[in-house]
Amino acid sequence: MNNATRPAGLVRGYEVVIGIETHAQLSTRSKIFSGASTAFGAAPNTQASAVDLALPGTLPVANRGAVERAIRFGLAVGAQVAPVSIFARKNYFYPDLPKGYQISQYETPVVQGGAVEFFVGDTPHRVQLTRAHLEEDAGKSMHGVSRDEAERSDGAPGDFHGAWSGIDLNRAGTPLLEIVTEPDMRSSAEAVEYARALHTLVVWLGICDGNMQEGSFRCDANVSVRRPGAPLGTRREIKNLNSFRFMQQAIDYEVQWQIDLIEDGGSVQQATVLFDAEHGETRAMRSKEDAHDYRYFPDPDLPPLAIGADWIARVRAEMPELPRERAARFQSEYSLSLYDASMMTQSKAIAVYFEAVARAGKEPKLAANWIMGEVSRRMNASGLAEIPLAPAALAALIVRISDRTISNAAARQVFDALWAGEGSDVDALIDAKGLRQMRDAGALEQIVDDVIAANARSVEEFRAGKEKAFNALVGQAMKASRGKADPTEVGALLREKLG
Amino acid sequence: MSGAPHALGVAGLGRALAAGELSSVEITSHLLDRFARHERLGTALAIDPEPALTQAQAADRRRAAGDAGPLVGIPIAHKDIFVTRDHVTTAGSRMLAGYRSPFDATVVARLADAGTVTLGKLNCDEFAMGSSTENSAFHVTRNPWDETRVPGGSSGGSAAAVAARLLPAATGTDTGGSIRQPASFCGITGIKPTYGVCSRYGMIAFASSLDQAGVLAQSAEDCALLLGAMSGFDARDSTSAERPPQDFRALLAAPRDGATAGRPLHGLRIGVPKEFFPAALASDVETALRAALAEMARLGATLVDVQLPRTELSIPVYYLIAPAEASSNLSRFDGVRYGHRAEHYADLQDLYRSSRSEGFGAEVKRRIMIGTYVLSHGYYDAYYLQAQKLRRMIADDFQTCFQRCDVIAGPVAPTVAWPLGAQSDDPVANYLADIFTLPASLAGLPGMSVPAGFGAGGMPVGLQLIGNYFAEGTLLHAAHAFQQATDWHARTPPPADARDE
Amino acid sequence: MALTLFDVRRIAELARLDLGDDEKAKMLEQLNSFFRIVEQMSAVETSGIEPLYTPLAAVQEAHLRLRDDVVSERVDREANQQSAPAISDGLYLVPKVIE
Repeated sequence: MNNATRPAGLVRGYEVVIGIETHAQLSTRSKIFSGASTAFGAAPNTQASAVDLALPGTLPVANRGAVERAIRFGLAVGAQVAPVSIFARKNYFYPDLPKGYQISQYETPVVQGGAVEFFVGDTPHRVQLTRAHLEEDAGKSMHGVSRDEAERSDGAPGDFHGAWSGIDLNRAGTPLLEIVTEPDMRSSAEAVEYARALHTLVVWLGICDGNMQEGSFRCDANVSVRRPGAPLGTRREIKNLNSFRFMQQAIDYEVQWQIDLIEDGGSVQQATVLFDAEHGETRAMRSKEDAHDYRYFPDPDLPPLAIGADWIARVRAEMPELPRERAARFQSEYSLSLYDASMMTQSKAIAVYFEAVARAGKEPKLAANWIMGEVSRRMNASGLAEIPLAPAALAALIVRISDRTISNAAARQVFDALWAGEGSDVDALIDAKGLRQMRDAGALEQIVDDVIAANARSVEEFRAGKEKAFNALVGQAMKASRGKADPTEVGALLREKLG
Repeated sequence: MSGAPHALGVAGLGRALAAGELSSVEITSHLLDRFARHERLGTALAIDPEPALTQAQAADRRRAAGDAGPLVGIPIAHKDIFVTRDHVTTAGSRMLAGYRSPFDATVVARLADAGTVTLGKLNCDEFAMGSSTENSAFHVTRNPWDETRVPGGSSGGSAAAVAARLLPAATGTDTGGSIRQPASFCGITGIKPTYGVCSRYGMIAFASSLDQAGVLAQSAEDCALLLGAMSGFDARDSTSAERPPQDFRALLAAPRDGATAGRPLHGLRIGVPKEFFPAALASDVETALRAALAEMARLGATLVDVQLPRTELSIPVYYLIAPAEASSNLSRFDGVRYGHRAEHYADLQDLYRSSRSEGFGAEVKRRIMIGTYVLSHGYYDAYYLQAQKLRRMIADDFQTCFQRCDVIAGPVAPTVAWPLGAQSDDPVANYLADIFTLPASLAGLPGMSVPAGFGAGGMPVGLQLIGNYFAEGTLLHAAHAFQQATDWHARTPPPADARDE
Repeated sequence: MALTLFDVRRIAELARLDLGDDEKAKMLEQLNSFFRIVEQMSAVETSGIEPLYTPLAAVQEAHLRLRDDVVSERVDREANQQSAPAISDGLYLVPKVIE
């Protein structure tokens, strides 16, 4: 299914065309071309080896772990893994680029083709990938180093009187997989869902930790607009989007900006833009266009990378069940809906948890609801790494709801207790808190009769059409039963008796 | 011990040290003194007695403890293209004035492990770009045979130091002829091994697919001794050939099948390409080389006519590929993390431009410009790609020759060493003089320069021997046999004055 | 394919080299003289020939050697920064980069 032929929602009569380039930091222990550590958060330049600093005489040596992760990715998206691929030098000057060139891949990348499938709402989408290639990350600039600090520095910064940046090359040489899509997306929502699906996949595969705050997963969005049927418009590239929320905002703003420009009689010039989150706007970067003659050529320090069929077969054999495959299995084994199954495969942790709860409690639909609801809510709020509620306990709780031992309200109290670690035996907690629902039909009927008798005015108001009076009667019955009645049953009895 | 100690080569010195005839401290002190007295030759950029004598003492102790390795206690020095912890490394450039490397080049470390004593760093053309050492940012080096002439380049300091017997041997690098040509001009023996035999880790990169480390010494035997310690696989260099270090001394000495005492080169087929003897070859050089080839034949070798039809094309091919790679390799010199930073700059781009323009000399800038141009958008296919294809064809031409011969012989350079200052104005004319050394560089083949006589003005002439891939042993053996039968390699410049004794 | 002064300016900017007017003029002359010898190379027929990017490929199939993914470098920041022009708290100082 090709999105280009899918009827798209137009914006002010324009079709939006989006392609995304993602830089995923690969989760290797050491750098792609040196043996320095990739651990986050070290003091400046304490993880920048002689090779990373491009000291005279240093040479790159490639990391097998980076290549293996690229292979895993290629297989997961159904791409071709190139039997031979070439590392090339991308030449430009920038302070965070120590060699004055980045080792990347140009004409022959390691992964070619492939696709990512995902949902926008209930609608399935498929985005074609052009390629994915290996390259090294650059260092970082820190701003706001003051003149005073600079004057105290070791060395002579000359007579420069302006502001300084401080360069930290710890990140330089971290392996990246650059994943490029075809311009298949037609809305910011689709772009965000693609990015989310890609994020889920790389984390699921164990090739990237997905920590967007730390810069492990960065997206650039290429955005253009056109009248339907017209040729592709000129695109602008929004760089370094490191949150899904910003991605949506940035694309939406950019689309409006481009349309405004065109409607005013202008034409969009190719540019690289940044998203200013504070003001919610995209702004063109100041660097001149002529900087982009990268003078690519095959790196003479690195012979061609060969990936044999046996290596690919080994990686394929070790691949985990992929999110889409697991979602399909959840649908068939646990009768989950398409939507619920995709929600339960948003991460491997969730999927494993769901399956454990479903197997223990035999109520997969309820399990999915609780996980999508209470569990997700609390996990997002708390920032915990692991769900603190044992699957068996959640399963047991769900059983007690479905066999009507406790009401939904009571269940939430038990859930709170389990989450807080007050206990792990669901029945014991139910009894300790006295939450067993009344099961005695006769006793319940007695309570309802008493309430009707004692609240004649509410009865009259209800019969006169006031729903609020009904709720008051239910409330009275609940009070009389000290909360142990099942409100649904109470309601049913009241309606039966009051007509 | 007869004769001055500085007349001893590596092998001879090793024997003298082993026999207790002198100590490493003694020979080191002696050579340090000679360096001081021959300072006007300008061979060195940094000679440091302190670490040298400390190493010499350690070597003497090591020898006393029973370590009889052939290089223990032998004084050498390194072309200033190799980074060293103990000495400043400049690559002959103002860009790296005062630069201290936190690590040693692999080649340096291996020679140190084998027991050599490092006296310091030797002069060279800036970033190894040049054929006369006149492109050094610091001073020129003078040819010991005639101090008004160039020693050749880019390893001119290494060649002159060995020729003047300030050292028994030195390291050099060869990208387009930078070991072979200065060896020829200075009347000493030089070897550039097959690409990949010596590690490039710690060798400041000029042209990555061409650069190779090698040796300049008094004889093939001495070259074999150093090369044995220097060579072999290095995990830090992805272009390092996965071969262990070889015992080149043994290969040099092993007799050929069917050889006799009088015909040690029996069965050796020496290919002589007609393109290596063009009209432009100076007649004095040709005369010396024809005589040397006749000597080879007398020693049992067979001379075979071969062709290298694309010899002339190697000039544009090399001078496109090497600058292209260099332009990229030199981008790291930007004044940010090390090296020269300008005093005055208004912003970042100004910092880059000023630091680089102040730090690089004219030839380096020229090659960066050429390289940047040939890689730039729109020109890549016509220039760089085309050159790399021709390179393949040149390499294939050699393989065709090697079906009919074992080594290829010819001149190293079209003339003997020229006067200082003679060539500076037209860089292109300089490039044309590299015609005989470039083809083997492009193909990555091993090559030697063997002293073979004298030409105009009494200046030395070298015979070039080119072998097939990883056939250093064959080259060294042939050179050694020639040196057993002749004494060109043992000749030294006449003493200029009382400095020499 | 003769170069112009415009080319010299463009290439010098790409290479971050400051050339004075005299230098530019001389450079132009030298580059053009050089590219005249390059012309003979352009005329040679090379279709179907594989480029030889590294001599290793002429010997045999040269493929990239891969190292194991282990942290094998202990970084000595002080030693690495001993020749740095301007450092503050371990950071390399440059004029602020404006985007």
